[in-house]
This record gives sequence, C-alpha cells and structure tokens, in this order.
Amino acid sequence: MAPRLDVRKTYKLFVNGEFVRSESGRAYRPVAGVNVPRASRKDLRDAVRAARTAFDGWAGRTATNRGQILYRAAEMLDGRRLQFIQELGGGKPAGREVDAAVEALVWYAGWTDKLAQVAGTVNPVAGPYFNFTIPEPTGVVGVVATETPALLGLVRGIAPALAGGNVVVALASESRPLPALTLAEVLATSDFPPGVVNVLTGQRKELLPWLGAHMDVNAIDAAGCTAEELAAAQEAAAGNVKRVVAHRNGELSPSAITDLMEMKTVWHPIGT
Amino acid sequence: MATAPSLLHLGSLMGGVRSVDQVAVEERAASLGKRSIKKASKVWALELAIRMMDLTTLEGADTPGKVAALCGKAIRPDPTDHSVPSVAAVCLYPSLIAQAVQHLRGTTVKVASVATSFPSGQTFTTVKVTETREAVAAGADEIDMVIDRGAFLSGGYQKVYDEIVRIKEACGSAHLKVILETGELGSYDNVRRASILAMAAGADFIKTSTGKIQPAATPAVTLVMMEAVRDFHRETGRNVGLKAAGGIRTAKQAVQYLVLLYETLGPDWMTPNRFRLGASSLLNDVLMQLAREKTGAYQSAD
Repeated sequence: MAPRLDVRKTYKLFVNGEFVRSESGRAYRPVAGVNVPRASRKDLRDAVRAARTAFDGWAGRTATNRGQILYRAAEMLDGRRLQFIQELGGGKPAGREVDAAVEALVWYAGWTDKLAQVAGTVNPVAGPYFNFTIPEPTGVVGVVATETPALLGLVRGIAPALAGGNVVVALASESRPLPALTLAEVLATSDFPPGVVNVLTGQRKELLPWLGAHMDVNAIDAAGCTAEELAAAQEAAAGNVKRVVAHRNGELSPSAITDLMEMKTVWHPIGT
Repeated sequence: MATAPSLLHLGSLMGGVRSVDQVAVEERAASLGKRSIKKASKVWALELAIRMMDLTTLEGADTPGKVAALCGKAIRPDPTDHSVPSVAAVCLYPSLIAQAVQHLRGTTVKVASVATSFPSGQTFTTVKVTETREAVAAGADEIDMVIDRGAFLSGGYQKVYDEIVRIKEACGSAHLKVILETGELGSYDNVRRASILAMAAGADFIKTSTGKIQPAATPAVTLVMMEAVRDFHRETGRNVGLKAAGGIRTAKQAVQYLVLLYETLGPDWMTPNRFRLGASSLLNDVLMQLAREKTGAYQSAD
C-alpha cells in the first residue's frame, strides 16, 4: 500500500469569523516549510471594521453568556491540547503553557458575572442622589501578544478584554504565529459572534503604527511591545486618546479586565 | 422644447433603440470597478464626488430641524476642514423646500425636490403638473420626477413621453431630472429605451432610482444609461446629465462610478452640471476617506 500523502495546511488570518489569506497575498516563513499570512494594513483595517460592527452585540450579551462562551473556548482549547503542544515545540514546558492558557480562559470566564460587584461601587454623596459606578466595556481593543510565550501571552491578552465585553484585534507573535492561528480555530468553534475576536499575523513593524493611529481603536494592550514600540504606540494613540496598557506582570488578575474598561458613574435622583 | 411627436414618430424612436448586451455591460462595469485610484488622484476624485453629491433625505419623518441640519452639512460638509467643498444640492420632499431655500440662500448649494407623486408616480397627470409648479414656485432649482413605470411596462410610451413633456413645461427654468427607477424596469433593454424616451422628451438629467426600491443604482445599469446619454449626444448634439442614486454608501463605490463616467462620457461630463450622486450616507464615508488621506490614520465613524 502506498504511503499516505501529507495534507499540508495553509494557515489563515482570522477576520470577521472567517479564515482568510492576507488581502495583499503575502506570506512569510517563520517556521521552515510553513507559509504564514503576512497581514497588511488593509487587513488590519478590515479587522477593526469587523470588530466595531460586532461590538454592540458582544457588549450587549449578558455577562453570564460571555462567561459561557469563554468557558467553551477553554474546552475547545483543552480538546486540542496535543496539537498546541506540538506547535509550541513539544515537551513539558509546552504542556505547562497549554495548561496555563486553559486555566486563564476558565479563570476569566468566571469573572464575567462577578466583575461589576467587585469593581463597581455605591458612592456616598452629599445630595438626594443614588450614586453608583459600574465598569463598562471600552470598545475595540488591540492586543499585541508577547513573542514568547506565544500562546499564553495571546490568551492572557484577549481573555480579559473579551470578559469585559470588549472586541479584539490581536497581533500574534511574529516569530511563533502558529499557535495563535490555531487558537483562532478554537475561538471560531466557541460561539463567539463573527468579528468579536480577530487574529492577525505578520510583521509587527508594519502593523503596529496603523493600529496605534487608528481612530476607531479604543485601547491597546501592549504587553508584547518593546520599549521603543510602546513609546511609538503611546504617541500615536494620543490622536484619539486611546488607553495603552503595558507592563502587566503576567499574573491573572481582575484588574487586567478593568484596565480595559471604563468606569461609568450614575447620579440617580431619589427625591428628598 | 420638445413638442409631442406623433405615435408614428415615437414608434420609430423606440423601434430604433438597439438592444443591450447584458454580459458585456456587466463585465465592463465590473472590470472598470476594479481600477485602483490612489493618493492625489483619490483625493481629487473624493472632492469631486462631494461637489457632485445630492445630499438626500426622503423620509416620512423629515422635520424642519432635520432639513436645517442637512443644509448645514451640505454647505460645509466637514466643519473642521474648510477646504472640503460644498455638495451640489440637497434633495428633499416638496413640503420642505421653503425651509431649505431659507437655509441655502447665498450659497452654491441648489435645492432639488422630488415631485410627481414620488416614489410611485401613480397619480393623475394634472396632480403631477400642479405639484411640479408648486415646487418650482416654492423655490426648487431642480425637480426630480418619476416616470409612470406602469404605463411604460405596458407599452404606454406615449403617456410617459407626454407626461415628461408637460412636467418639463411646468418646470420652467428649473432643471428636470427624470427618475427611471431601473429596479422596476426589468431589463437593460428597457432601461436604454426609457433613457432615450426621457431624453427625447426633454429631460435635463436622467436618474437611475428613487432609492426606495431594491436594486437601486448598480454600476451596470448606470453604464447602460451613460451609453444611452453618449449615443443621444452623438445623434442630437444635446448634452444630457446623469444621476446615480440609491445604494451608493461608500467612497469606493463613488469613485467606481466616476471611473465609469470618465471612461464612457469623458472629461466633459466630470462636472456637477452633468453628473450627480444621490445619497444620504455616502458623504460621511467620503469625509472619513479624505481625513484618512490627509492625516494618514484610519478614521472612526463616530
């Protein structure tokens, strides 16, 4: 019997719930023998547009439902554990990284319906008002994933953003993009509405300036930026006063969710 | 002024209209739509699109306040950038003409009013003529009339022709745009026939659609009308304008129409006097793209 031919996989970007090649048709080879799409600024533009369109629907979901969907992402990720371990280079460290990524998703899934109670407050005010503060999603969040750990860094970026009701355009690790694109397949089967999460691969220096200056992006999680990239992103972000969050210690924390949220205060008249 | 021809004349006019090659027209419109316009040319095209725009509101819920806002936007589309030109006209229902005239006095922006029982056109000719007269008396510079599609489709070309002639008379000095409502005509042959009929009857402009019917303007149907305008010009020497309306929402689409226009009718038609884009939401996208070209950053719709 003839040996089975390999089915070679073409990795794709994940934009608006679809797996697409870069509109530019370009690819690069971070891993021998594997073509990975090299996203252009127009792919970024399309991703932001898709995210913006998806925002109202995702922010309008109940917190419970967002938690359910994040938990399902953890289930889907866990089910493909071996594939991720292989793409991360195999061995025990890779196994630990996948476990940590699953844990992060489960952890943030649990926070969705508890966050408002913890981060929100009822404020004592000197007047006939019931005054309270609640966290609300910011909008489109650009997540710049760390180069390593490639999978865990990305998950720690997108999970808190999504838990808070934001929509995400993620720039994957440039040197190790495969786990990110496989994670996109996990997200695609987790019931996220199209456009809520978008994953782009390619050269950071091509994409980051456009993400930083984009007037329709509300916040950037710059965990994966170098010091120079961070400074440039902060400068570009001033155009529409986006929030740039950087230098998180990598720990799971509810403040990772609230960092990407806006605190809204309501003054509700209560009569005398 | 065209005078009503005999039935015999009209028959030979309509009989002389050649048929349209559907596949070729759609292919040509699609291939011209792929042309890439960049940088300085794009800025030029976008500013031209603004100067050619009929900023439109045709809702039952239109109020004087909304008309005031629309007129402000028509005069100065981008309040933060005075280099952006005014649009060509605002297009609204007859009852709101007076408000628009008041707001637009002393500017280059024209007032266009729909008339003749827009959008269906299904009423008595006398009513249509009266509506047109009143609209012109109220201050409309341009009248957008609809043809009686029911009569056209049942072969009543004479009725359609006579109506256009009478409305043209009622317009006086106001410009007449004749809406063919191509989405209801059924075939490109009918679109070409209706275009020739309207131009022969004295239309200053022919216009694709009311915007109330899907499909509205498509590149292919607009190309058919452009070719009719070109052929009519070759035969009679008369320059008739064209207005694409309905379903044009993005700057990219607008530029595609300008490419079609340039390739079919040439630079003589690249002016607001001979080509218009009727749209309600297009302007915002064009302004976003202009800002993108000027600032170098992608813009937000907010």
